[in-house]
Amino acid sequence: MISNFFSWLTNSIADIIAWFGIPHEWALNGIQNVFWVLLILLPLLIAVAYTTYAERKVIGFMQARVGPNRVGPKGLLQPFADLIKLMLKEVVIPTNANRYLFITAPLMTLIPSFAAWAVLPFTNKAVLANIDAGLLYVLAMTSLGVYGIIVAGWASNSKYAFLGALRSAAQIVAYEIAMGFALVGVLMAAGSLNLVDIVEAQAGRSFFSWYWLPLFPLFIVYFVSGVAETNRAPFDVAEGESEIVAGFHVEYSGITFALFFLAEYANMILISALTVLMFLGGWLPPVSFLDFGEVGNAFWFISKTALVLFFFLWFRATFPRYRYDQIMRLGWKVFIPITIIWIVVIGVATFYTPFGGFFH
Amino acid sequence: MTFTQLSFYLFSAVLVFSAAMVITIKNPVKAALFLVLAFVNAAFVWMTLEAEFLAIVLILVYVGAVMVLFLFVVMMLDINLDRMREGFTRYLPIGGVIAVIMLAEMIWVLQKGSFSLANMPRPEPKPDGYSNTKELGQVLYTEYVYPFEIAAIILLVAIIAAIALTLRRRPGVRRQEPSAQVAVQAEDRLRVVSMKSEQPKRGDDK
Repeated sequence: MISNFFSWLTNSIADIIAWFGIPHEWALNGIQNVFWVLLILLPLLIAVAYTTYAERKVIGFMQARVGPNRVGPKGLLQPFADLIKLMLKEVVIPTNANRYLFITAPLMTLIPSFAAWAVLPFTNKAVLANIDAGLLYVLAMTSLGVYGIIVAGWASNSKYAFLGALRSAAQIVAYEIAMGFALVGVLMAAGSLNLVDIVEAQAGRSFFSWYWLPLFPLFIVYFVSGVAETNRAPFDVAEGESEIVAGFHVEYSGITFALFFLAEYANMILISALTVLMFLGGWLPPVSFLDFGEVGNAFWFISKTALVLFFFLWFRATFPRYRYDQIMRLGWKVFIPITIIWIVVIGVATFYTPFGGFFH
Repeated sequence: MTFTQLSFYLFSAVLVFSAAMVITIKNPVKAALFLVLAFVNAAFVWMTLEAEFLAIVLILVYVGAVMVLFLFVVMMLDINLDRMREGFTRYLPIGGVIAVIMLAEMIWVLQKGSFSLANMPRPEPKPDGYSNTKELGQVLYTEYVYPFEIAAIILLVAIIAAIALTLRRRPGVRRQEPSAQVAVQAEDRLRVVSMKSEQPKRGDDK
């Protein structure tokens, strides 16, 4: 019924487009892909909106406050109120700012964080593009987000924005290496770059077969680097409000500011989902008797992602901001050596000792 | 025209345009950003050739890391365009000669036919389940293992040389030692002295 309606709808839209001289087959293909993309993006946008709400509520609770409770029942419409407010505000472009780059910079951060979702499997079947080099693709997309920040800082023509951009760029480049090496460990253990294969390699009777246990150092390094990569507290010196006002987005207002905000939260959800896929068994149930089929798989994936996302909010409410030189030290002198050592441990254990099975 | 051809022409057009912009645009930051665009489009063209591993690595390494650092440096430079253009007429003849030589070389190489359609047949489409990454890894670590290792050593030497060249040891510089700062314990900084509480004498608070 639904699939019939879907094919009727896509076919008729393709027919309409075909009038403009575009081959029907291409139009149909394009329309179907757009539908699948929207099926991922719209829930993601709603998740982003409610992550901001959850963050304010959770931090409010941790600080013995109420949090937003005015708009709608229990403040549930607060994200939409914020969005409408930001959309109606004027976009101020600073004097002597580089107009085009200033406007494109928020999009440059937003697009990669959405594009990475194309290869993320929600269950073993529900994945938009099940490509072979999925892990590499994700790594490539997350490494592009830094452009928006650098360009925003430069195009704003403001010293605080510029300082924020420099801090952020140095930090992201440093932590990206640790992240990449942590993923090399996952790749060695799973023997594949395909995200579906990586999750399926973690299958076992219970959550002790997931990679968080054999790759524990890499799990910690990956997650902490993910927090640093998204410029979240305690690594949020890029927007350290006590020193450089708000960092790279100090000159942004209205919808352009909202896009930066959206990108930050979309990145948080992305990093959580990737941590779940790589180290916490993706859609696999925590114990094998809790396997409820396809719907259950999606439920486990989403609830694990939500749990990891909660840590981001918890960190923000708990830890004081790192000092900048200590961030750099942690990235270059602590995390990168740990990951390299663990890669060697995995390799040696697999080929020269009988303990190789522990990592697979 | 198939969809692959259409996308090839589209990406190539953007690639040529952005490559031309890199060398003609005045603002160095914009030039660097156009170079990024050129890299991304080159990766797309590779993708249409089914070289997905190389395409993604091009984006990951060149766009995600090298160009970020490049942009980082270019943004901080204060480039005076007038001074750069000063010697234009003086260097024009020698530059022109080099350009003509390079052009002649390129025409000569391309005319020999080694890039002709006969010598470069259309690659066979690979079957489903063919993993570019796996194939590349298998060749790199078996057939080409020595060239691969030598290249790795050369890169390592370059890294160490770059650090050695830029490392300056100046005497009398005060520096922080984060490891000592992190390792510090409360006892090192704070001494808790136990003493009897004192009764304030009457009239002391005046």
